[in-house]
Amino acid sequence: MILPWIPLLALLGVVVPLLTRQRGRRFCSLATAAPAILALLLVFSQVPALLAGDLPRFQLAWVPQLGLDLAFRLDGLSLLFVSLILGIGLLILLYAHYYLEAHEPFARFYSFLMLFMLSMVGIVMADNLLLLWLFWELTSLSSFLLIGFWSHWTDARKGARMALTVTGAGGLALLAGLLLLGDMAGSFDLGVVLESREAILADPRYPLMLVLVLLGAFTKSAQFPFHFWLPHAMAAPTPVSAYLHSATMVKAGIFLMARLHPAIAGSEAWELIVTLTGMATLLYGAWFALLKTDLKAILAFSTVSHLGLITVLLGIGSPLAILAALFHILNHATFKAALFMSAGIIDHETGTRELGRLGGLRRAMPVTALLTSLTAAAMAGVPLFNGFLSKEMFFAEAAASPLLGGLSWLLPVLATLGGILSVAYSLRLVHAVFFKPARKAPPKSPHEPPRLMRAPVELLAALCVLVGLLPVIAEVPLGLAVEAVLLTPLEFHLAIWHGLNLPLLMSVIALIAGVLLYALHAHLRQFGRQFSPMDARLIFEGAVQRLMTWSERLTVRLENGSLQRYMSWLLGAALLLGAIGLLQLPSLAGARPTQEADGILLLGAALMIFGALGTVATHRYRLISLLMLSVVGLVVSLTFARFSAPDLALTQLSVEVVTMILLMLALFFLPQKTPRESSAGRNIRDLGLAASLGMVVASLNYAVLTRDNHGISDFFIANSVPGGGGHNVVNVILVDFRGFDTLGEITVLALAGLAIFKLLNRLRLFMPHSDGEGRVWSPDRYPLILTSVSQALLPLALLVSAFIFLRGHNLPGGGFIAGLITAVALILVYMARGVEWTQQRLDFQYQPVAIAGVAIATLTGLGSWLFGRPFLTSAFGHFHIPAIGDIELATAMLFDLGVYLAVVGATLMILANLGKLTTPHRPSKEEKH
Amino acid sequence: MESLYAVTTGVLSACGLFLTLRGRTFPVVVGLTLLSYAVNLFLFSMGGLTTDGAVIVDGPSDYADPLPQALVLTAIVIGFAMTAFAVILAMRARGDLGNDHVDGEDNREDRAS
Repeated sequence: MILPWIPLLALLGVVVPLLTRQRGRRFCSLATAAPAILALLLVFSQVPALLAGDLPRFQLAWVPQLGLDLAFRLDGLSLLFVSLILGIGLLILLYAHYYLEAHEPFARFYSFLMLFMLSMVGIVMADNLLLLWLFWELTSLSSFLLIGFWSHWTDARKGARMALTVTGAGGLALLAGLLLLGDMAGSFDLGVVLESREAILADPRYPLMLVLVLLGAFTKSAQFPFHFWLPHAMAAPTPVSAYLHSATMVKAGIFLMARLHPAIAGSEAWELIVTLTGMATLLYGAWFALLKTDLKAILAFSTVSHLGLITVLLGIGSPLAILAALFHILNHATFKAALFMSAGIIDHETGTRELGRLGGLRRAMPVTALLTSLTAAAMAGVPLFNGFLSKEMFFAEAAASPLLGGLSWLLPVLATLGGILSVAYSLRLVHAVFFKPARKAPPKSPHEPPRLMRAPVELLAALCVLVGLLPVIAEVPLGLAVEAVLLTPLEFHLAIWHGLNLPLLMSVIALIAGVLLYALHAHLRQFGRQFSPMDARLIFEGAVQRLMTWSERLTVRLENGSLQRYMSWLLGAALLLGAIGLLQLPSLAGARPTQEADGILLLGAALMIFGALGTVATHRYRLISLLMLSVVGLVVSLTFARFSAPDLALTQLSVEVVTMILLMLALFFLPQKTPRESSAGRNIRDLGLAASLGMVVASLNYAVLTRDNHGISDFFIANSVPGGGGHNVVNVILVDFRGFDTLGEITVLALAGLAIFKLLNRLRLFMPHSDGEGRVWSPDRYPLILTSVSQALLPLALLVSAFIFLRGHNLPGGGFIAGLITAVALILVYMARGVEWTQQRLDFQYQPVAIAGVAIATLTGLGSWLFGRPFLTSAFGHFHIPAIGDIELATAMLFDLGVYLAVVGATLMILANLGKLTTPHRPSKEEKH
Repeated sequence: MESLYAVTTGVLSACGLFLTLRGRTFPVVVGLTLLSYAVNLFLFSMGGLTTDGAVIVDGPSDYADPLPQALVLTAIVIGFAMTAFAVILAMRARGDLGNDHVDGEDNREDRAS
């Protein structure tokens, strides 16, 4: 149970600085370091178990359906990396404590730094591919925050964005690759994956998976041609560069290749891609490191170059090459972090990082000069430093690799060339800063940094020398790590002297030629200047800008704020899709015989078509258009009656009445005529679009009608009486079988009512006193006949609706229809008597009615839980009531009551509130009874 | 009969769609209403056109398909709610913006070609 505490402590470290920032920087720095120190101690506490041959693992199911577990492991490889991450992280924290200016938000910086530490710890300890990927993405995000920490500075923002884009895109490729990999191995568990090598290599998707995973690794580890983000990420504060870009984040890609090595490496594709990419990166980075004049840019390109070196070793993949790769990871982390921190010190104390403005600093900063020289010697691979050991192993492996067949001699030659370049740029770095006389004075007069700011560099430089002199001390952690990658222990011995052999010769050549190259390097830079360097940032920013412009143009084209434009696009798309569907039918007419049409049907169809065309033809005269529309609505209702749907006919009829009253009321407040404003072209386009869609609809409808369908209705018919206790199948479907849908629908209805109530709230509209033709409205607002009839009709109508409601379960009717009839009857009274008169007598609000309806329906559904049944299970039984007789009652009726109330409430909420607009009583918040 | 029904549905849809493409709110609302008639008729016919079919379960007989009926019944009511909302929104837009163009401003048609 110790393992999960390591990431958890790092997580704690994210919060600590934010909680302790009030107490000053010193306290905050110490408090932030505490969890990391504790985590490091926990890691070390596991070493004896590892040495004993155990593999500490921890597993907790997280999303088991996806195969995602919260699983951690601590094998030798994890141990090596997690110690690097926590150890160097602590040194960086100490360094940052002195590096940041007094006014900078240090707590936020620490928090980001710890977030990054957490994500790196997560990557190297994850025992599940998906979990690994999650942490992988977290490093991209946290490094974005860190690189862009000085967000007031454009370079920082752009550099951060570039790093995020490149590594984020690589992360997506990696996700695809890991999903494929997990699929091939049959599990996302790392233990399973590492042992499924045969299955993975034999899988036909192996090349695809390999490319995707390598894309992720190469983008993260800045391999050519994805290296360009790393130099631009140097806009970050130096502690960030020292931590992310030397020791940790850029090593994540390397770590991934090492981690998955047992499972996916060893194929010819792997060896070629990885080795050649690494070699290209090695030379490219080294060449530009020699040409750059900014200290951090030199270090960034040299990092690219060293990452390439490690990649070559992983590509060669022999046991000793793996050992060399891991050893170089360790060495590079030590000397490069130290060099970055030295560069930061120089920048901090002189105010510049430009080689042209630096020089002769060894007098002002003797200790820093010494430390930088030592670590640069390690970087150059000078004997007796740690870099020499791993570099010589690299030379040996490059010379021994048969990878390129007859051209294999190229590898050692290129490796030596890389070595020469690395000696040259290391020498230049030290010489130009500390020894060469200065041409210009730096902005600040240089002096040594605070004692403790230098301490991390001192420690790392000491390690460089110590490992260089006594390589034996690195054998134990390396042995564990190599065992984790090779899955078997490896016998090896690290020594300084291997006798006179080829690698030593290569080292000597590299040293001598490197010094010569530096001597000639002024000419070289002259030569290099002839090639205008491709500025990756310009290209990248240009691409980003172009993308933005294109998408902006596209957005403006598609989305110009015109509803008509949207509608025509939408309809065009629907037309296209519908037409494609129809084209695939072998013939329009199906096998089902058609029925004969009779005279009444012809008349009905003619009326409907007349009404529809009339609505369009007269649409500029809105009232007439509305009357035409009502013709269509009435015939629709008759159509339902003709084709055996009495429920529908009743519903349509009552809705039709309500809709027409509503539209007329609304029209009262709107212009009576539509101006003629569409151009002829516009009209023709719309006509064409509408007519084609109409044809598609007609064809589809005909195609369906002439084909046999095998619906699910037999089930409803068979189960209506035994299962729902009702003989009216339509009603039983509504309140029982599909009760949940109905509940949703009455909720929508009630919501529409409430929304309309709010829309009408405090609406101020011009109230016309004449119609469209200029005729003044009659002062006799409430005609006598209507008044008398409506009053007499009300109780009758209520009685009818009660009857329709009660019989609804067994005969045509039900809550919807009854509700609409009640609403129509009440509206009639409103119309005949006016809002004021009616409100005095019907003194209540309709909103609570609608809400009560939805509530009753919901509670009826919930009621079935009390009996341990699923939501909306209905129950029914027969009851004998004296004098009335045997009746059947079902809980569905209670549900139907909810429907009834919701319909009445919502309809009247809409119409009564709209009606109120015609009176001085307008609905508003103040109006409370 | 089937072809007659299909043609009617098609004409109703075409008329409704043409009106929804107009530039003023009221014709658009009328068009939506017309379109919902067409859609309801279309959906209703998915169960086939049954003349004199039974709808009340009372012994074995030739039943009309009840499922499309149930679906269309709620569709009618929801359609009413939608029409009501759209038309009140149109009124509110006119009250707040001073015109009844669908884009909330007059003379937009040139730009929207």
